[in-house]
Amino acid sequence: MTDTATGGTTRKSLTGTLQLDTRLLGMIGAFVAICLVFHLMTGQRFLTPRNIFTLTIQTASVAIMATGMVFVIVTRHIDLSVGSLLAVCSAVMALVQVWVMPQLLGLGIGHPATAPLAIVAGLVVGTAVGAFNGWLIGYLTIPSFIVTLGGLLVWRNVAWYLTSGQTLGPLDPNFQLFGGINGTIGVTASWVVGALAVAVSLWFMATARQKKAGHGFAVKPLWAEGVMMAIVAGLILGFVAILNAYQVPVARLERIFAARGETLPEGYTEGYGLPISVLVLIAIAVAMTVVARRTRFGRYVFATGGNPEAAALSGINTKLLTVKIFALMGALCALSAVVASARAANHANDIGTLDELRVIAAAVIGGTALSGGVGTIYGAILGALIMQSLQSGMAMVGVESPFQNIVVGSVLVLAVFIDILYRKRSGALK
Amino acid sequence: MTPLVEMRDIALSFGGVKAIDHVSLDLYPGEVVGLLGHNGAGKSTLVKCLSGAYRMDSGQILIDGQPVTITNPRDARAQNIETIYQTLALADNLDAASNLFLGRELVTAAGFVDDDRMEAETRRIMARLNPNFHKFNVPVSALSGGQRQSVAIARAVYFNARILIMDEPTAALGPHETRMVGELIAELKRQNLGIFLISHDIHDVMDLCDRVSVMKNGKLVGTERVTDVTEDDILGMIILGKKP
Repeated sequence: MTDTATGGTTRKSLTGTLQLDTRLLGMIGAFVAICLVFHLMTGQRFLTPRNIFTLTIQTASVAIMATGMVFVIVTRHIDLSVGSLLAVCSAVMALVQVWVMPQLLGLGIGHPATAPLAIVAGLVVGTAVGAFNGWLIGYLTIPSFIVTLGGLLVWRNVAWYLTSGQTLGPLDPNFQLFGGINGTIGVTASWVVGALAVAVSLWFMATARQKKAGHGFAVKPLWAEGVMMAIVAGLILGFVAILNAYQVPVARLERIFAARGETLPEGYTEGYGLPISVLVLIAIAVAMTVVARRTRFGRYVFATGGNPEAAALSGINTKLLTVKIFALMGALCALSAVVASARAANHANDIGTLDELRVIAAAVIGGTALSGGVGTIYGAILGALIMQSLQSGMAMVGVESPFQNIVVGSVLVLAVFIDILYRKRSGALK
Repeated sequence: MTPLVEMRDIALSFGGVKAIDHVSLDLYPGEVVGLLGHNGAGKSTLVKCLSGAYRMDSGQILIDGQPVTITNPRDARAQNIETIYQTLALADNLDAASNLFLGRELVTAAGFVDDDRMEAETRRIMARLNPNFHKFNVPVSALSGGQRQSVAIARAVYFNARILIMDEPTAALGPHETRMVGELIAELKRQNLGIFLISHDIHDVMDLCDRVSVMKNGKLVGTERVTDVTEDDILGMIILGKKP
């Protein structure tokens, strides 16, 4: 126990004292740089509340799946079927909303049970298909690349068959609340959520520190803890402030008031606040981070990725673990399908097309290593955000479509190359 | 006295190759039994049947005279059988504490893994096994061969093993660390553990073991007390596959 006192007092850089992940800092730096460049190139239209709001709701669907892809890739697997799985879940949920509930059960349009039942149906289908994939991979030892490459074709066309290729819509009004702009919680509730998030974060940081100190481990200096707390609180409240600053257009407010039989008072304004889809993403991100770091399941995911043989010799049932990981991936595809189809307000045949590539790219840009054992949830979400920013930034600047994809593809390769260089230098890769 | 472990008539084939050909071994409390033989003689394969890494085709394992079924590593751990593998079987991307408790994590009341408590326990046992070990917060891939070995050894002795299998425990070590492993084996013997020690090094085996079993081509050549034979006798058994 004597070495703990000396452990923390050696000379350290600022990032070392704050115990910040330098890789994360690099990614944030790249993200900020991308934003600033687009902000200048678009005549300062990029970093506006309106565009940031749009970016977050555009990112949600891919980011939700990317959190699950982290576990898949960490265990040295891949899932190429997520876009197709999303389509099946979306098709099933749309069928529940436009056919099963209103017609088959005769409950009419807009029944309050429609949205919950649709989501449950989607979750059941997504989890079951994912578990089936995991079983093929874990127990029958078919490579995940093959299973999910087959799945890419199979499930895309199951979705087509289920809907006869038709676009199904409009979706249930309550269901559409998960889509983004049609479902925001307003300014006041957003501040409440933000304040709660700050309180919970600070409480966790404080108790973690207390617990470490109780064991006699080195903790960072009090001022460093204070700085970290201030940064976290600032980021959360800043994010809320930006989304609250996006004002509902007057024309839309007039329509809302007219629908209620009132007239819009002079000078009345209202901010959108946090979209429900973004809240769903944040909840998933927190839950997945807790799973990754604080549960046995998460520990086994990383151990298996680091050394599958060692994990098996430690008594971990790696076959069942594979089933669980893919089942979780399937469930996240279903939640992603909720957000994606609600945003479109209908189920179209091509929903989620090429999403598997965006999701894998997000996870990989976010630092998940295809060789296994390494990856973070926040990295994957940041990766998704970087991809989406590039895509919509280039669209705003007026870059031609082919060039957009050329840039995104090149960035993916470049990001992985930089990551390899970083790991070589930091000694994580030999 | 009842043997701690009896392995009776164990056989295991891999696609027609008889890796273990009807071998019987036993081990008493407080005893170290050395397993010697060339590469591919079947030493590691045999003990992997005991540690649950392989499933034997036929034969019987008895612990304290009671037949037991060991089909996976969890079964072996439930019988207080711990193994230090030649490959060390460490997850390189995790830190020492996570490796030490892998598969047996300490959890909080709410069921979450308790990293702080595991680190504290790891610090405690490492202070005893390897006082120079200080790298608790880095992945074990950043550790030296000897440090990695001490993590693997700590994992085996932390959980009150009664039967310890050590597969080439000193292969990656320098002379000083090898001596430490020798002292550890002597101490564990005093605590009445039974130890199977697989080694290439005849000197090691003659120094540390009470009995030595020699294997060749999946068959048991013979088991001798080290006090009854010379190193040359053992060499003869290994090379010629004949009893002295």
